[in-house]
Amino acid sequence: MERGERERPWVFRTYSGHTSARASNALYRTNLAKGQTGLSVAFDLPTQTGYDADHPLARGEVGKVGVPISHVEDMQALFEEIPLDRMNTSMTINATAAWLLALYAAVAERQGVAPKQLAGTTQNDIVKEYLSRGTYVFPPEPSLRLITDMVAYTVDAMPKWNPINVCSYHLQEAGATPVQEIAYSMATAIAVLDAVRARPDVPADAMPRVFGRISFFLNAGIRFLEEVCKVRAMSELWDELGRERYGVEDVRERRLRYGVQVNSLGLTEAQPENNVIRIVLEALGVTLSKRARCRALQLPAWNEALGLPRPWDQQWSLRIQQILAYETDLLEYEDVFDGSHVIGARTRELLREARSELEKVLAMGGAIAAVENAYMKQRLVESHTRRLQAIEAGEITVVGMNAYTESEPSPLTAGEQSILRVDEAAERDQIERLRAFRARRSRDEVEAALRGLSDAVKAGANVMPPSIRCAHAGVTTGEWADALRAIFGEYRAPTGVVARPAEAAGEATDKVRRRVRELSDKLGRPLKILVGKPGLDGHSNGAEQIAVRARDVGMEVVYEGIRLTPEEIVASARDEGVHAIGLSILSGSHTVLVKDVLEGLAGSGLRDVPVVVGGIIPDDDAELLREAGVRRVYTPKDYDLTRIMDEIVDVVAGAHAVR
Amino acid sequence: MARLGARDRAAVAEALNLVDDARPARRAEALALLDALEREGGAGGARRVGLTGAPGAGKSTLLDALVRALRARGETIGVVAVDPSSRRTGGALLGDRIRVRSAARDAGVFFRSMAARERLGGLAEATRASVVVLAAVYDVVFVETVGVGQSESEVADVVDALVFVTQPGAGDLLQFMKAGVLEIPDVFVVNKADLGPIAERTARELEAGLGLAEREGGGAPRVVLASARDGRGIGPLLDALDAHHGALAAGGALAERRRRGRDRFVAEALRARYGSYGLAAFGGAAALAERLAAEPDASGFGFAERLGREIEEALRK
Repeated sequence: MERGERERPWVFRTYSGHTSARASNALYRTNLAKGQTGLSVAFDLPTQTGYDADHPLARGEVGKVGVPISHVEDMQALFEEIPLDRMNTSMTINATAAWLLALYAAVAERQGVAPKQLAGTTQNDIVKEYLSRGTYVFPPEPSLRLITDMVAYTVDAMPKWNPINVCSYHLQEAGATPVQEIAYSMATAIAVLDAVRARPDVPADAMPRVFGRISFFLNAGIRFLEEVCKVRAMSELWDELGRERYGVEDVRERRLRYGVQVNSLGLTEAQPENNVIRIVLEALGVTLSKRARCRALQLPAWNEALGLPRPWDQQWSLRIQQILAYETDLLEYEDVFDGSHVIGARTRELLREARSELEKVLAMGGAIAAVENAYMKQRLVESHTRRLQAIEAGEITVVGMNAYTESEPSPLTAGEQSILRVDEAAERDQIERLRAFRARRSRDEVEAALRGLSDAVKAGANVMPPSIRCAHAGVTTGEWADALRAIFGEYRAPTGVVARPAEAAGEATDKVRRRVRELSDKLGRPLKILVGKPGLDGHSNGAEQIAVRARDVGMEVVYEGIRLTPEEIVASARDEGVHAIGLSILSGSHTVLVKDVLEGLAGSGLRDVPVVVGGIIPDDDAELLREAGVRRVYTPKDYDLTRIMDEIVDVVAGAHAVR
Repeated sequence: MARLGARDRAAVAEALNLVDDARPARRAEALALLDALEREGGAGGARRVGLTGAPGAGKSTLLDALVRALRARGETIGVVAVDPSSRRTGGALLGDRIRVRSAARDAGVFFRSMAARERLGGLAEATRASVVVLAAVYDVVFVETVGVGQSESEVADVVDALVFVTQPGAGDLLQFMKAGVLEIPDVFVVNKADLGPIAERTARELEAGLGLAEREGGGAPRVVLASARDGRGIGPLLDALDAHHGALAAGGALAERRRRGRDRFVAEALRARYGSYGLAAFGGAAALAERLAAEPDASGFGFAERLGREIEEALRK
């Protein structure tokens, strides 16, 4: 095969942001200087769920998993000395995407950059928030309306902006098979496109351009040859949808445009250095095939299962991309898989199965209906349960975790500075800045802008122009979201854990089941536990798997989903009469939230109800939690759920003094 | 009991734990409490409403809307939510009750979930015990269960009104009749009325099937179209429940219904423990009916306990 011109590489990004706008800006500029070619902004959970830093639900979460942005001056600080007309910015923002885009547009305006020049992406895929990531705020219908408002607005006002990044990424993290990933992300895209097409303010001749601006955000797992096939299958299906469902004639507008973050689910806490190799292989899955190559790539850090990565860890991931693009001959060839029978056959197989799953979802009314009736969520929980059971049973090999576990001590993870810690003062500082900002803005302008926003939304007008006005007027993230909460209401998504039983079997499970029965007899009533997620972190996969397995070993499990305050958890524990509480927290806010729960229990006379905690918890934090009274701490290396169940039996037996 | 009267949440939770406790030492204490509470409640006290229907019919969302509407009228609410448990493992996932949001923050709402586990006396005994406790504290007690057919009659014995929730297109008349769901409920709710014509069609099917069916002492069953999504039908549903309760209470039928529920509970509890053989040793169903009729105001739990001892004695002879 002939070698062509060397292709231009994809956009190199690193998902980052923490502590404050100023600290994140410094990090961005360093990264750009190292050869990163685009930005990927991580917002903290209060920003993602529409709360100001001083809201009670924001406690412990400010600046943790991303940068806190409360108002236009924060956004200005975030992009200081970064010219927005020459930047390609991806923002991982969903429920409050319209607001963050409005802030971005306002900052651009203050930099003298016209909206038409802005290039980038707002993630803005609410469906996967209900299914996996959990940062939704409003019910599905109004959420879909906000998304289509942004699509309708950007198609003319910001023609280089991707208003939505349909995510299959998080579906894979939640356990999706390649078929489910393809089918559910396509169903989401269809829900958005159908809703846009139905809008009176979007003329029919704009639909091809609308279609052309829909981009995808995919995952790439370790089975990288199958991933090649997955992406090729998606490209084909997308092309077909464009042609047949939306009448898009220009082949360029039917091309599947997608960015990637490679898989985090498969990264291990045990022997974490092996993750570097996993990341490289996963990157190959989405770069090898020219016809199905990603447009932008962000690689996780090798140690993210241990805690927040340091700048050096992120640099290592950037260097992987640069070596792949600049040192290897990857970009010199036409598509290396064209003509491969093997790849072709697997691609066709995935395509066939995905079509049939997609039709099933469309038949029940599309993606939104399949969220409300919990169909998709239940399928994902089932797939994930199967995967975890396969790992436990050794049917799936994970090197360093369930096989080849012997290891020399790692020099990479030694020492105190092996992960990044967000300064506990960050929250206080952000609150101080926010209060000072509130004091100096014009109250009248803010109120007028918020009134304008409410009126426009109630009247069915596009949310973007009044939101940009709010940005300039000094409205805060919490105020903007509250205005919409007052109109749309708030939503709780189905948890999916009432899925049909995928009951675990095996000798170890039977033994635990027997112990649960015996302990229940001694307790006088069935062993009952509460599984809860305090704080704003919406990543519910871990908690769901614990809940399902606890049920499978015979416990009665109260699972209440995400975003609970410590106070609510304590109240439920008492009202429900549980024997133990399991808390799951992945956002790094565990120390504050767990202590609040423990104090609440003590204050309600429930000191003897034992608490176990799971999450991404560094060793010394785990020690602190144990000192505070937590009976067990679990981290991603504890993949053996049966053992965890066995230990919960021990903990309850000990706490209630029955053996 | 004093703490229960003062609506002390911790006391309510402890009482619910106690009446669920199978250990002999605690059992005696539990029975004493239940006996006292039941006799005190009599034909007055809290209104007891059952909510049943197939999974996915929207019971939780509807319950959430009902709770909010009743709270707006100033009434306090206790909820017992029963979820199915695995026959093989005995385990259960309780909930997806999260949409009943107000419970944790509102002192006027108490929520307890439990599994429909296999146990002596079955679902009925555990549910009944929880209802008796909550009825001593709150104005309205809801019992939410999953089920079509069989389980309705068990729930109906514990409550004053049974609401059957179904969704549009859930089945045609023949299927409803086959499942036996037309016979017991007092109010039928066709949920998700926002789906339009298909919901109205289901409601018409039900109305046609119910015809002029009379319920024991409580008038003809009603059909209500409701939607938790747009709030439609919540008012009419409350009206239907109020009317049902009013009719029962006015004619003395409420006491009669509760007594019948008690009688069936006692009979079932004894049958579950001692079998037909044990009952026969005591004199059979007729003797039991006579004894029950002689003591119309005795508590179900107390009765079952006393008669149980008599049966054991009879069996020993």
